[in-house]
Amino acid sequence: MGAGHGHKLHYHGHSPVHRAPAHVKVLALLGFMLLVVATPRGWYPAYAVYLLLLVAVVAVSRVPATYLLKRMVVEVPFVVFAVLMPFIATGPRVEVLGVAVSAGGLAAAWALLAKGTLGVLASLTLAATTEPRDLLAGLERLRVPSLLVQIMGFMVRYLDVVTDEMRRMRVARESRGFNARDVRHWPVLARSAGALFIRSYERGERVHLAMLSRGYTGTMPPLHTAGHREHR
Amino acid sequence: MSTPVLEVRGLAFAYPDGHQALYGVDLHVHRGERVALLGPNGAGKTTLVLHLNGILGGGAGSVAVSGLPVTKQNVAEVRRRVGVVFQDPDDQLFMGSVHDDVAFGPANLGLRGEALERRVRDALDLVGMADFADRPPHHLSFGQRRRVAVATVLAMEPEILVLDEPSSNLDPASRRELAEILTSLDVTVLMVTHDLPYAYELCPRSVVLSDGVIVADGSTYDVLTDETLMAAHRLELPFGFDPRTVRARAAG
Repeated sequence: MGAGHGHKLHYHGHSPVHRAPAHVKVLALLGFMLLVVATPRGWYPAYAVYLLLLVAVVAVSRVPATYLLKRMVVEVPFVVFAVLMPFIATGPRVEVLGVAVSAGGLAAAWALLAKGTLGVLASLTLAATTEPRDLLAGLERLRVPSLLVQIMGFMVRYLDVVTDEMRRMRVARESRGFNARDVRHWPVLARSAGALFIRSYERGERVHLAMLSRGYTGTMPPLHTAGHREHR
Repeated sequence: MSTPVLEVRGLAFAYPDGHQALYGVDLHVHRGERVALLGPNGAGKTTLVLHLNGILGGGAGSVAVSGLPVTKQNVAEVRRRVGVVFQDPDDQLFMGSVHDDVAFGPANLGLRGEALERRVRDALDLVGMADFADRPPHHLSFGQRRRVAVATVLAMEPEILVLDEPSSNLDPASRRELAEILTSLDVTVLMVTHDLPYAYELCPRSVVLSDGVIVADGSTYDVLTDETLMAAHRLELPFGFDPRTVRARAAG
């Protein structure tokens, strides 16, 4: 039970970007992403403008660049795929640094990389400047069905609980001399995953019992007066 | 005598898989009492607790809370009157902030606006957690989470507080702090526990449930010092703890 703080994405701050209403930020992100995806791959100056815009927002938010860059590793699988594309794709060949690669593949790789990077960076900026529960409140204000928002809320709440449980199971496995080195060890991992699923499922039932015990009838009641959140 | 806060009569229950957990339980708890419910693992304690607020039902016998029978129609009012604090606070605290978790119960009762805020503040004040209202529950220590779990139930202003293993997993300081909170509350308490010194400290009366029936009901001192009874139901005092010397020390 570590007190290790779960703010894995959020970066605490009080900049205008932090203070902007969450639903506005969600809409801005959505609009930005649609715009980026719709931009033809050949319009290089447009991409430069998008990047500048993002960098400006990050600068205003005062989130350190290294903080965001470190978290951009989630993009690595896409980068690998993008790097492979020029070699795998067929079609006319062009020379890049003395290597013949597919022209179509190269263009596709550029588009994937540019759009992906902009998307990841924009999403990370939103995550870094918005508390998860403010994000949920923002989605609620955008009339996202309340059931979906509730499910997301539970996910945010129990993510740490479940990862902690997973960590404890791993420690217990390794304490008994287990070390996942090769394929033969996978069945053990699969069983652990199964056990984790069952445990989480049972926890879900217990949470439901606790909700019923406090008079839950199937809809989330409004918990806030208008003024409560603003003083923070 | 006045209407008991809790009146359990001839309660029997079998789970759908055929396992019979309760065989006719009779229990009365009166206003202002603090009662410990003791018993070995598998005695049916949790099953009994889940009957008190109408989560389980459908077996023989009856449960009434301040005269109100626990039935499908009354379940909302019963759940207001009976506040259950579950063993794992992570099961009980499911919202994104302490404030929202404490507000959940009273909001389900229909409270809104300033009345709701006042309930939340008062409940958090009672457990000394008012400064943590805006914190997400998973950033609190285990002892703090247990206290917030108590507040979530107190916010519903229950007539009886039912605690499932309140001292489990607490370090000695948190355990003592929780004891101080529980003794400071003006509420009837039924406490399920294996922690016999804790039962002795907090509850003047103890009830022993074993194999689905109540086998003893009396002062906690008498129950804990009845060696035959204790041995027959797998109850053991922890090493070094003897209610006789504790009482002598308290008296002297």
